[in-house]
Formats: sequence, structure tokens, C-alpha cells
Amino acid sequence: MIDYSVTGYNIMLEPVCTLDGHQETVWCVAWNPSGTLLASSSSDKTIRIWGQEGDHWVCKSVLMEGHQRTIRSVAWSPCGNYLASASFDATTGIWSRKEGEFECIATLEGHENEVKSVAWAPSGSLLATCSRDKSVWIWEVTEDEEYECASVLSSHTQDVKYVTWHPTKEMLASCSYDDTIKLYKEEIDDWTCCNTLQSHQSTVWKVCFDKTGSRLLSCGDDKTLKIWQEYPPGNPEGVVTVGSDSAWKCVCTLSGYFNRTVYNVDWCHTSGLIATAGGDDAICVFREEECSDKNQPSFSLVTTVAKAHLQDVNCVAWNPKTPGLLASCSDDRHIKLWQITGL
Amino acid sequence: MSSRLDNANPIIYQSQEEREILPEDEDDNIEDKVDSREVFDLIRCINDPEHPLTLEELNVVENDRVHVNNEENRVQVEFTPTIPHCSMATLIGLSIRVKLLRSLPSRFKVDVVITPGSHASEDAVNKQLADKERVAAALENSHLLEVVNQCLSKRKNG
Repeated sequence: MIDYSVTGYNIMLEPVCTLDGHQETVWCVAWNPSGTLLASSSSDKTIRIWGQEGDHWVCKSVLMEGHQRTIRSVAWSPCGNYLASASFDATTGIWSRKEGEFECIATLEGHENEVKSVAWAPSGSLLATCSRDKSVWIWEVTEDEEYECASVLSSHTQDVKYVTWHPTKEMLASCSYDDTIKLYKEEIDDWTCCNTLQSHQSTVWKVCFDKTGSRLLSCGDDKTLKIWQEYPPGNPEGVVTVGSDSAWKCVCTLSGYFNRTVYNVDWCHTSGLIATAGGDDAICVFREEECSDKNQPSFSLVTTVAKAHLQDVNCVAWNPKTPGLLASCSDDRHIKLWQITGL
Repeated sequence: MSSRLDNANPIIYQSQEEREILPEDEDDNIEDKVDSREVFDLIRCINDPEHPLTLEELNVVENDRVHVNNEENRVQVEFTPTIPHCSMATLIGLSIRVKLLRSLPSRFKVDVVITPGSHASEDAVNKQLADKERVAAALENSHLLEVVNQCLSKRKNG
């Protein structure tokens, strides 16, 4: 328990509403770039699009018949006009949004088995996918909406759980059942793995960048949260780098807060708050302490909702525009919206 | 199944008696908590994938290796493969896991692990069984699901 009189925090995560509709486990929630729509994906093989009508959040559309199996994750394109879906049926779906209606315009095939995650590069012209087949694929989006495989990266030795892009550069990060995080960049016509980050003791479930892209956040089966700092060549701290690549160092490990696997973490680009989703049914929110040293940062738990859901919480996502608005989803089939108060 | 068995001559153990129904079990005024015997009763009759025997008869599962914590909603089951190189360990663990997922209230967190020291690939099997995403994907594989369902089905006049 946190003694608020000592920490001085009166930050709370207040429930806003519960969104019902999915018939099975909800694996992923994702906000569109303008923060007006929330997409969710489920083992019920559907994607649901949620939006506000007056003061209420309602289901605006249900996207069916795109996939044969669980839809593990969804991601919006930076322009907000496309949605990509990764499924256990080994395919990635591309949905186009025109006048509020969604239509499946492409199905990307190539992975041998379950696609776990999909992510658009900030430019919108590249897409990354990853799979249990241990590979990460990079797809180029042509002008006439064709998707061509640009590279197949086989650096991981196991199931790849998640992929995400750097917020400004064309750099990709992935994390895996092999306990590592890998970073990739394009080098003279092909993509290569330029960094392997080791510190987690078990599966790394999620990795995400902060707003600037100079820090990474990761979480996993070892019940920890880790913060990684980038050290570019010639850094004043004297951290050794190789060639033109930066070094990445784990500068903080948060442990002791989680009873079970931490499945997801999201770093809010407007408030800097970190939210976690866990197999212990809880959502925790952390904040970097003031005067925290970049090379040895300190983070503190500012609030926790112990029974946020009735079962495992699979994903958390901060709204990109409304500060402190958080979405979560769970094995209990529910999606919940929460609002941070008392900041 | 394959023609060559991993362990052709397993030791067969005596099964436990059926649970005795006590008067308090039938008293609706007493809260009936899930106990280790109840969980054991769910998994003792699971069929071994290789032999026409149950996991209890092969001593793969034992009442003493089932742990229930009602306050924290936790169930832990340790299972002991008959030999340290048993290639069926993951399938047995998956069958136990699926049986408990289907039978126990969803508030329970279920951990199925190999009895420490009883299998050559203990850590790898435990990691796979703990990965909910891989378990979920495995259960969408119709062939694998059929094999699991065979392990979980009532044997006909066995």
C-alpha cells in the first residue's frame, strides 16, 4: 500500500466507463492519432471501433470476416485513415476508413504462423509485423496502396511478441520470448539489427519509446519494468558505442510492484506517465521523480488500481490528445476507460 | 500417437478412493471453498497421451502437489513426467491447464509446472505452459485441440 500522506500524491485513476461487446478475450486497444476513436481486437475474431456520442462511448462499427482466428493486435496508420490487424491466422489485414466505414483492402501473407503485432512507421510508408515464426517483416507501402515485403529480419531466436517504431526516425524495435529487445535500421538498401538489449530474465512482452525516442520502456514475464537510455556516439558519459550506432543501457529496473507477468506498458507522450497492465488484474501508474538523474533515473508508483479487471489486463493505451485518458482491456472481455485526476 | 513409446513399461499406482461426502458438504449454509482435493479430482482422470491409463495411475499428478490459495485466487499444480526425457510433457501440462481453465472459476490464476528436478527440459516446458498467448494459439490449432480433448475425454469402459 502507498501512504499518500508520505508521498504527497493524490493522483487517482478514476473509472470513466466500461465498453461491452466482445465475446471473448480482448487483447489490444489502440487510439487513432486524433484520439477520437478506439480500436479493439479480440479472440472473437472481430475488431470493434469505439467513439464518443455526446457524453457516451459507443461501438461505432464491428469489423468482421477479416480473420479466421484470434486478432492479436491492431494499429492505426499515422494519418488515421488505415487500420492494420495482426492475427493468429498468420495474416495481417489492412483496413481503409472512408466516410466512417471500414473496408478490408489487403491481406498480407508471408508469416508461417501467428502474427503477434503490427506497427506503422511515422512516415506511414513502412509497416512492420512479427510472428511466432521468429521473424520480423518490413513492408513498403507503395503509392497505389500495394504492400511489398522489403525485408525479413531473423535476428530473434524465438517467438517475436511486439514491434514498434521510433517516434521520429526510421528505427524499429522488437521484443521476444528469447528475453531480448532488438533494434533495427536501414543500411544501404537493407535492414539490419544494430542493437540487442539484454537484461530481462524472461519473455519481453512489450517495448515502447518515450516522446523523444531517446528512451525505451520494456516489461515482461520477469515481473519487471525496465527503462533504457540511448547513448549516441561521443556521449559525454563515456558509454562505449560501436560505429555510428548508439548504445542502449538499462538505467532503471522497477520490480516488486507486480505479482505476475507484466503484459503491457504505455508511455504517455503528453503527460510522461507510465501505465502498466498485468496478469495480476492490476493497472499501475508510474511517474519519473523531479530532479531524476538521466543516467540513474528514479520512478515512483503514483497510483494503482488493484482489481482494474476481473482477469488479466492485456493492454493499456493512453489517449494521444486527452491528457490522462487511459484505455485498458482484459481476458474478462471488457474494455475500460479511465481518467487520471489530481495531477 | 507414435509407434515407439517414450516409456513402454510405466509403473502403475493405486488410485485414490472417491471423495467422501461429508454432511457439511451438503449444508448450503457453509461456504464451500475450492480445495486441493477438488482440483485434484478435476485432473486425476485426465488420460495419459501414450498409455491407456490416467495421470493419477501413472503418478503424474498427486493430491499433495496441488496447491490452492482461495484468498489470493491461486491454483498451482506440479506434475511429474514418468521419465526425465518424456516428449509428452508439454502436451500433458497443456491438458491439465485446459482442464482447469474450463472447470475453475475465472477468478483463479492457474500455474501448471513440472515438479522441480523431474524433467530434462523443465524450464523450457514451464515457460511455454506459462505463455498465455501460445496456449491460446495452440487451442486454435484444430489438430492439437483434438489431441488435448482426447486426453480430457472420459475413457470408454477403461
